[in-house]
Amino acid sequence: MSTVSDSARIAPAGNPVSQSIRDSMVVAQRNLIRMSRIPEMIIYGLIQPIMFVVLFTYVFGGSMQIGGSTSATDYKNFLMAGIFAQTVTFATASSGAGIADDMHKGLIDRFRSLPMARGAVLTGRTFADLVQTALTLVVLAVVALLVGWRVGSDAPTNAGKVLGAFGLLLLLGYAFTWIGALIGMSVRTPEAATSSGLIWLFPVTFISNAFVDTSHMTPWLRHIADWNPFSATVQACRELFGNPGVSTSEAWPMQHPVWASLIYSILIIAVFRTLSVRKYRSATA
Amino acid sequence: MPGAIYAEGLVKTFGDVRALDGVDLDVPEGTVLGLLGPNGAGKTTAVRCLTTLLRPDSGSAVVAGIDVLKHPDAVRRSIGLSGQFAAVDEYLTGRENLQMVGRLYQMRAKAAKARAAELLEQFDLADAADRPTKTYSGGMRRRLDLAAALVVSPPVMFMDEPTTGLDPRNRQLLWDVIKRLVSGGTTLLLTTQYLEEADHLAHDIAVVDHGRLIAQGTSDQLKARTGGERVEVVVHERDDIATASEVLRGFGKGETTVEDHTRKLTVPVTGGAKLLAEVIRELDTRGIEIDDIGLRRPTLDDVFLSLTGHVAEEAVTSNEEDVKK
Repeated sequence: MSTVSDSARIAPAGNPVSQSIRDSMVVAQRNLIRMSRIPEMIIYGLIQPIMFVVLFTYVFGGSMQIGGSTSATDYKNFLMAGIFAQTVTFATASSGAGIADDMHKGLIDRFRSLPMARGAVLTGRTFADLVQTALTLVVLAVVALLVGWRVGSDAPTNAGKVLGAFGLLLLLGYAFTWIGALIGMSVRTPEAATSSGLIWLFPVTFISNAFVDTSHMTPWLRHIADWNPFSATVQACRELFGNPGVSTSEAWPMQHPVWASLIYSILIIAVFRTLSVRKYRSATA
Repeated sequence: MPGAIYAEGLVKTFGDVRALDGVDLDVPEGTVLGLLGPNGAGKTTAVRCLTTLLRPDSGSAVVAGIDVLKHPDAVRRSIGLSGQFAAVDEYLTGRENLQMVGRLYQMRAKAAKARAAELLEQFDLADAADRPTKTYSGGMRRRLDLAAALVVSPPVMFMDEPTTGLDPRNRQLLWDVIKRLVSGGTTLLLTTQYLEEADHLAHDIAVVDHGRLIAQGTSDQLKARTGGERVEVVVHERDDIATASEVLRGFGKGETTVEDHTRKLTVPVTGGAKLLAEVIRELDTRGIEIDDIGLRRPTLDDVFLSLTGHVAEEAVTSNEEDVKK
């Protein structure tokens, strides 16, 4: 014990930016190893969106009016952008639960006593969640294709646009994991983080254009739906996928959904990252 | 020159609770301070303030020669913390946990790997190194947690109730590790509820209650404050109690107490071992057969009781969880 080996020497503080990235990657790696050892969590995370795809397609398809059409095929193509977007936002709950669990078990104390970058614990967690979200999206896209979803069903599109749509979805998912991070830092138990991470997601994802055409909503509700950051991404994806559901709304985010989606997501990251990291710095288990 | 851990007037309040109410500490380099007190006394809060986890409302602290409030990051590079819980990731293996901590202490990947292997060996965890830690026993997790705190062989260590909840064998194992660590020159602040543990490991003991230091000194000094020694004799034959009592009266500095059913006699004395030898000779001369005899000094339990008016274990009612918020 008394011999301090060379390897144990404490390195001097390096460049703060590269340290921050390196530390975040170490934490991300840790969270990815964790996820790979709890495969059931990934599997359960997939079952729900797959069920949504199947249920919405076969139960609602045919009775929904999209741009004057009640064709089940049109609804299917309309729906997928909504389900994809909803799925990425659900990563909020697992992100929040994971961080609350770390708090609960004293790991956050351990991290906070180490000479590591302040935001790295949360950034690393959100990176790992992003990887999981990407995997989920891939599986979900395959299922969507199997039930008959097609890009370019309504308007021409190309690979770049389709990839762009998935990029916007990942960015939205990443933004929402920062909301989850703040929830995780604010509640006492992982259970509370899971439930409080999910409850508010239902109104956010349902008072939107994800599952229905907002033009059938009462005006005040439609107003909320059209300005909902979540709707912007859904709308942007529909446009980029070339799927039906052109918005008749005058609201700016519906007219410029790609820009709106980008701005909203970046804004959410900026605000919630700042709040979460501040909370982390003064965290007490 | 201030010690390796130095604090002056630390105050921390949580709502109405003054968790720390002006605590001064001075731990010379290479020594062990045992912070002793019941749950909710403020031990954990003190450790959290000194390890940069919590900002005190007022007061100052210097750890390893670095101002804790001004340069918390530099302090973090020089300390190791082992908390009340084994803060290890249960889905990572022991090796992965240690490597991660090494990397976060800013060691290079290769160095972190080598150091992890070294520590796993030292802490008798090599066989279990590549198993997820959720398969570890409580004692193994504690050892891993302690190993994580020692990744960079920090000059100053903080251990918050390191043996709480451990079985005697694991406690002994951890004690051995701590002793080796200190003999290597590490300065250690250790909190404990176990008076025996403080007695065993610490050079100096600070007793805290309700956020205040109520006494400080070596184990011997604290015991001396509580009052002197006493001789305890257990005689073999019940019939000898009266004679033995008479003998003890001759040596004692106070009243002899007799427990009939255990055949035990106790008398306060001064004069230590020399006097004890005389008592034994005298009892022998009178032909009294004894089962047990000894010079008893006050235990830290006695010390705690006399200082706080309550025994350590009884104070467990106050809620540490609430205080930490």
